[in-house]
Amino acid sequence: MSTQPSWPVRVLKGFGMFWWDFLVGDTPELFLAAVLTIVIIDLVSRVGHHNAAAVWLLPILAVLALSVSVLRAVSKGKRK
Amino acid sequence: MPFLATTVSSGVLVLVGAVFLASSVEMVEALTIVVAVGHTRGWRSALQGVALALVALAALVAAFGPALVHVPLSALRLIVGGVLLIFGMQWLRKAVLRSSGLKAKHDEDEIYREKVAELESVGSGPARDRVAFVMAFKGVFLEGLEVVITVLTLGTSAHRLGLATVVAAVAVVLVGGVGIAVSRQLSSVPENAMKMTVGILLVSYGTFWTGEGLSVKWPGNDTFLLACVAIYAAVTWLLVAMVKPRPGRNAQVAA
Repeated sequence: MSTQPSWPVRVLKGFGMFWWDFLVGDTPELFLAAVLTIVIIDLVSRVGHHNAAAVWLLPILAVLALSVSVLRAVSKGKRK
Repeated sequence: MPFLATTVSSGVLVLVGAVFLASSVEMVEALTIVVAVGHTRGWRSALQGVALALVALAALVAAFGPALVHVPLSALRLIVGGVLLIFGMQWLRKAVLRSSGLKAKHDEDEIYREKVAELESVGSGPARDRVAFVMAFKGVFLEGLEVVITVLTLGTSAHRLGLATVVAAVAVVLVGGVGIAVSRQLSSVPENAMKMTVGILLVSYGTFWTGEGLSVKWPGNDTFLLACVAIYAAVTWLLVAMVKPRPGRNAQVAA
């Protein structure tokens, strides 16, 4: 006999699933890129005190992440 | 109201644009589902589902809204910046793939037909009202949740929660009113162009708040947001041009 999880467990699971889909979904590379960007900018700005480098590096890393993700989708489409 | 007395800065313009467009897009998507449910299975259960979803969303705002105020500003901006960066890049990626023809465009007519077929395949009987209720609830709650997240994150970080809430409410009422008036002609809304603009604005805000959260001093303060918008708009245009299939080559991506 299968037992249904209690409603708090279902709510928690649903909440977790929502955030997983919202942040990771079918583009885990964008999630990883954002985390990596935060780590790099933290090192450059707060630890290294290179504000000018951080100012340009942050948008450059975002552009790089977006471009890689788009090109990855395109090459995946071509392989199909 | 204090927000009316403030001067209009570039930060406010980007905030208003991002919240208005994001709320409008989500409202169109929610409305498509509700109209499909209402036309197919009757309005009573559909509207009950909508009402419960709105109550649940209001409860979420009441629970989490005040709590966000107590989070240290730099931590809040870093979290919000990171979330907006990811969310914005996801929107922008989809918009680029759709604009270049590599991904099927979001077609509200097609979604409407799919929902109607799905609802009609469930026979009438005791479960009939429950199906309409659950589908309308899920549609409004999930799309509404994205509006709530956008309003809470952008509004709280910019210290303009009141303005963000009013702009979202105006968008929802405006799109809702027009949507009900035109009923099933929601496909005429230029959803992809709106999504691309929202993506550019969200990535711009994400970049700005992530930097603020990590103690980056932006040249020109708020004005740097406009530079971000210009950079990401140019990159988006370049990406669309770059990946657009040339004549004779026809590829479509799944995700």
